[in-house]
Amino acid sequence: MKAVLIIGVWLAAWALNIWLSRRDTRLTRFLVAAIFGATILILWEMIVRLYQVPSVILPAPSQIAASFGSNLGILWTDFVQTILKGALTGWVLGALAATLTAIAVDRSPFLQRGLLPIGNFVAALPIVGLAPILVMWFGFDWHSKAAVVVVMVFFPILVNMVAGLAATDAMQRDLMATWAAPYRASLWKMRLPAAMPFLFNGLKITTTLALIGAIVAEFFGSPTKGMGFRISTAVGRLDLPLVWAEICVAAIAGSLFYGIVALIEKKVTFWHPSQRNQRG
Amino acid sequence: MSRTLPVLTVVAAILLVWYLGAIGMNAQWARDQAARAETQLTTSALIADTLTQDRPVLPAPHQVAAGLWDGIAGQKITSKRSLIYHAWVTLSATLAGFGIGSLAGILLAVGIVHSRAMDQSVMPWAVASQTVPILAIAPMVIVVFASAGVTGLLPKAIIAAWLSFFPVLVGMVKGLRTPDGMQLDLMKSWSASGPQVFWRLRLPSSLPYLFASLKIGVAAALVGTIVGELPAGATAGLGARLLSGSYYGQTVQIWSALFTAAALAALLVMLIDLIQRLVLKRMGLGG
Repeated sequence: MKAVLIIGVWLAAWALNIWLSRRDTRLTRFLVAAIFGATILILWEMIVRLYQVPSVILPAPSQIAASFGSNLGILWTDFVQTILKGALTGWVLGALAATLTAIAVDRSPFLQRGLLPIGNFVAALPIVGLAPILVMWFGFDWHSKAAVVVVMVFFPILVNMVAGLAATDAMQRDLMATWAAPYRASLWKMRLPAAMPFLFNGLKITTTLALIGAIVAEFFGSPTKGMGFRISTAVGRLDLPLVWAEICVAAIAGSLFYGIVALIEKKVTFWHPSQRNQRG
Repeated sequence: MSRTLPVLTVVAAILLVWYLGAIGMNAQWARDQAARAETQLTTSALIADTLTQDRPVLPAPHQVAAGLWDGIAGQKITSKRSLIYHAWVTLSATLAGFGIGSLAGILLAVGIVHSRAMDQSVMPWAVASQTVPILAIAPMVIVVFASAGVTGLLPKAIIAAWLSFFPVLVGMVKGLRTPDGMQLDLMKSWSASGPQVFWRLRLPSSLPYLFASLKIGVAAALVGTIVGELPAGATAGLGARLLSGSYYGQTVQIWSALFTAAALAALLVMLIDLIQRLVLKRMGLGG
């Protein structure tokens, strides 16, 4: 009986989605995605309630929302500590360092050929593993988290930026040469703008990495606040609704972070074909 | 092979910086020891001391190499101190998870390409989920499974599967959509059936995308497994090795575990790269 109810809700929502998706307008596209998300939440709530799943294993969405509402203060302190201090500082520092390194490396083709394969290699490595070492070096507070984030975001951005600085074609470079543009002018007026789509690609990839680095580093030692700290202690107390509330914060922060970077990208690289299409 | 020399130069530069860093960061401890013993260290003795400490702040490259050699060749494979044993524990969970995750990703991608309702329902969430730091909750998943009585390889494999699932899904959807209208029309003019279009046009043209995302997926699966081994209670695997090293201040142990993980990642990516080359060569794409 219970199972029939759950499957019934699923089939009804799915049928509605199939019907909606045949109309294919902007509104139905949004609706279909929203209904799918809502269905998952409803089914989750139903399964937990109908089968009385203990909240230690899987809390219901309503319990998570309640915990979210009653712990706003704690969640905000953790957000400031982990996201604003740890992840954001590290991300900005790492992005700056990578961009400057890329510009420096760019003048020497020899270094470029040597650094690119190594950068690609390092970008695929499990760099999170450096977290315990950096926590040892920089102490428990947010500085060590920022350091982990710097190391994690450096190589993906570097690789993208080096590729971006090489993205101008011979015709464009010749044109700058015929105007007798010095290195600075051609860098500033031609190559940096041309590199922006690549840079933003790297920046967008690394938003998630920054959050992961900041949270995971806290598992190796942290002051008594921070999202990683809260997740590990709340799991210890079997306060799973609070854990899920922290995860919600991480998800919202991650999406916002990505969204803001994507928005800046839209403003900066409005001339690029991938952005132009969306305007028309 | 015009790359060899530049790469070697950069590697040499990194090693040099590393040695200088090891001398700089370990010097304080060496000086403290000397002051306690009330002896004066000459510069050369100081440098020699910084490169041979038992628990250095930053172990020198040759110490890490020695630690690696000891872990790989100096122990019996079944020993708990053997890096091969720990690497195997990590690798088996990674491969199991990667297999499950990429298979699920491919199957779901096939569904998404063929059903518009599925596309519009699942894809926005799949793309949005890329921005969520899923990896950070990996240890929690382990603890929750452990409280439900499930331990060992399976929980780690689930995290690895989850992490490799999305890159494969997104890449495969993109790949299956690469055939353009012209090619699809051509298939139609041959009155090809749905399965024929899939097997002879969509699947072959998706393979370059599939392999590219498999490489990302396998690296993500490895990271997921290692982070999954972090919570207390895990006794085997490279992640557990990292954690116990950080608890007991065994920096050489941390670095050798880290390098084993790096080698493992490189090996897995290279393996997929090799398969990619063989497959694409037989298909006549790229040589």
